[in-house]
Order: sequence, then C-alpha cells, then structure tokens
Amino acid sequence: MKTNEVPQDKSHLESVSKEVYYAVDENGDYKKTLSSGWDVKTIALENALEEIERRVEEAKIRVHENKTSPIEYYMELHKMDLTVLSSYVGMWQWRVKRHFKPSVFKKLSSKVLQKYADVFEISMEELQHISS
Amino acid sequence: MKIDFTHHQSAHCENGVVSNLMSYNGFKISEPMVFGIGSGLLFCYIPFLMVNHAPAITYRAMPGFIFKRFAKRTGIKIKREKFSSKSTAQARLDENLSRDNPVGLQVGVYGLLYFPDEYRFHFNAHNLVVYGKEDNTYLISDPVMENVTSLTAKQLEKVRFAKGAFAPKGHMYYPIAFPEELQLEKAIVKGIKHTCRDMLAPVPFVGAKGIRTVAKLIRKWPKKKGVKVANHYLGQVVRMQEEIGTGGGGFRYIYAAFLQESSKILKNERLSELSKEMTEIGDLWRDFALDASRIYKNRSAQDNAYNKVADQLHIIGDKEEAFFKKLKKAI
Repeated sequence: MKTNEVPQDKSHLESVSKEVYYAVDENGDYKKTLSSGWDVKTIALENALEEIERRVEEAKIRVHENKTSPIEYYMELHKMDLTVLSSYVGMWQWRVKRHFKPSVFKKLSSKVLQKYADVFEISMEELQHISS
Repeated sequence: MKIDFTHHQSAHCENGVVSNLMSYNGFKISEPMVFGIGSGLLFCYIPFLMVNHAPAITYRAMPGFIFKRFAKRTGIKIKREKFSSKSTAQARLDENLSRDNPVGLQVGVYGLLYFPDEYRFHFNAHNLVVYGKEDNTYLISDPVMENVTSLTAKQLEKVRFAKGAFAPKGHMYYPIAFPEELQLEKAIVKGIKHTCRDMLAPVPFVGAKGIRTVAKLIRKWPKKKGVKVANHYLGQVVRMQEEIGTGGGGFRYIYAAFLQESSKILKNERLSELSKEMTEIGDLWRDFALDASRIYKNRSAQDNAYNKVADQLHIIGDKEEAFFKKLKKAI
C-alpha cells in the first residue's frame, strides 16, 4: 500500500484518535501514516454491534416472556458471554447458566444477587426488574 | 509526579509499549523491529474457540510473546509481576512511578473509557504505559492513541483486573537490565527463522496451511451456517485482520517494514526485494477484505461470491508459503 492510498474514511474512532498504518512513500520507503478510518472495517464493526443489539433485544423479550432471567439480558448488554460473565462473578459456567432460569433466579440469595449487581454496576432493584 | 516520557504512537499496542519503554531507556528501536525480532507475524485458526460468536483467527503471535522473544533475542531482562491483591498491585505501581520508572501494563479494553463505546470489547491483551500520577489520576501512554490520556485509580484498577480469557491479573512489566549495545543482527536472523518455521508449519491450522484451511471453511459457511451467520463470520475475519493495531493487511505491512529495515542492518539486498513482495501480499489481503466487505455489506450470500473470496484467500496461502520458503533461504 502506498502512503497516498491509506484510506481516510469516516469511523467511530476518528474523533478520538487516528490510527497508524505502515505504507510505502514515493521512494519505496516504509513510513508510518495516519488513517481516519476504512469503510470496509467500519461496516464489519457496525454489523458486529448490530448483532449485539439484536441479542440484547432478544434477551429482553425473553425476560418479559419469563423465559430467561435478567442476568442473561445484562450479560448481553455488557457484550459478555457465559465465559466472561462466569469469570467476573467467580462461579462455574453451569451455575451462571442455571441462574438464567427465572424460577432459580427468583430464589437466589441476596448475596449472590449482589455479586451480579456489582459486576453489572447496577442496583439490586435494577437487576431484578429490567426496564421495558 | 510525572516522568519525562515520550509518547510515540504505534500501530500495535505490544510493539508500541516495548518500543516506547526502550526509547525511554536510551535505545532507539522501531515498532517493526520489535515486531520482527519478536516473531510477531503469524496466521492461526483456532478450532472450537469462538470469539464474539465467530471462529477465532489470529494474524499475530500470542499476547506477551513478542516482547518475551524480543527481550530474549536482544539480551534484555524484563521484570514481570502479577498480583492477586488489588492494593498490592497499586502500591507496586506507585513505587515504580516514584522511582521514575515508567511501566508497561496489560489491561482489558472493556473498561478503557477513553475509547469510544463502539471499540470497547472484552479483550484482555491490550498494553499501555503508565508514566505518572497526579492526585488520584494516572497518566497513560496508550500506544495506539495519537495523544497521551489518563485514568482514575479506580478505572485503572478495573482494567488491570479485567476477567475472562487472558485475564491480566494486574500484570505489570518493565525492562531492568540492558546489554551495552543492542546486537540486532543475530536477533533479526533468529526472529526471521522463527517466523518462517511458524508460517511453514506442517499443521493444518497454522501459517500458510491455516490460511488455506480457512479458505476451505469459507466456501462451506453459507450452506452450513446460513447467510446471516456466514456474513457475521466473514465480518469477524476482516475485523481480526484489519482492526486497529494491525497496521493494515493483517500485520503484513509492519512485517514488510521490518524486512526493509533489516535489509539495511544486515546489508542484505535480498531482504529489500522480499519486503516489496510482502507489501504485495499485504495488498492482496486488503483486496480480500474489500471483496469480503461487499458480501456482508449487501447482506447477500451468493455461493459464488463466497467462493470468490475463498479463492483469493487460497492464493494468498500459496503466495505466503512460497514467500516464507524464499525468506528462509535469504537469511
């Protein structure tokens, strides 16, 4: 890639920082060149974010249908998966997964609930009742 | 307190931290040099592991390996510490800062509030330098950012103790002993040989063979996984390849820059020719990303579009195989 071919498209990062590319100048020498963004990867990022949003919405609906607990909703909202969440709360994955069951969730001790609330940085109230 | 530390922006965080810490200690060394000597270039498809609900593909060595190999090959000693206690972790950091010693930290990206929300994912192998503390705020040099930034003590604690894969556990590191002069020649040769070995590995998931394996998988995605998932997977491949930190073309341009610099140091004209060839391979990676993006942008999945990008990838695999065979001979 030549320095003048380094893409200068819009991106979510450009307001914060440009990023470094390595590209060759007219003499064939490699130079650090700044880029504001490249549509190819901005679209990939936006698609990935949309996918997360879709997962969050889906989880929310399932909470309201009493098919899962708010824990799953907050997990998706924080872009986590089971592995990440279970290591944050310090519990086995199967245990966290069990807590997705509304019937199990209802009976959780306040100590366990507090662990989840702390990780998601929300109150117990917010953990138990998600906004619609 | 604020240490007189110069922030240089780099493409990749780990090379950048090393390069900046080295220059603070009086050794001028470029990011591509660190990357090449540390054998940073790789291609690896990790079966069964899913990242962001898509297959895991990496274009570079495991986090931490680049610095480790670089240090070993240039004769630098690094001190590394991990902590189980958050308060000890902070105390040790403060101690180093008060001794005028800037340190590298491994952190999780999710809690780095100076990044835009869109960029905050649970990725725990990011690196930055802390070069001072004012009141309760730490002064941060994040190599991928144009300018220096800061984090409160609380924010820094959170990112140092992020959880999940590659949890940093407060990981702090800094060089403690240096050779009188950096002997780059031998280190470069070792670094290149190691990369050739990796890229020519007789394993279907690694190096040139790994690239062709992924090409084969891509052909199957639309039928096996459906249009939506196939597009998501393809988008993830492009993100791993081109996202911030790669310098473009899945680190291939940084590697070409390394070969160019090495050609001068080793007085080996062949390396300069191979640098040009690596640049062309980098361009092919960019073309692949561009064509892949056309597929996921339109959200369509015609089999022949998938086959076309798979063909491109297969050719890249062949080219890289030929390339690293030549590079092995040139050194």
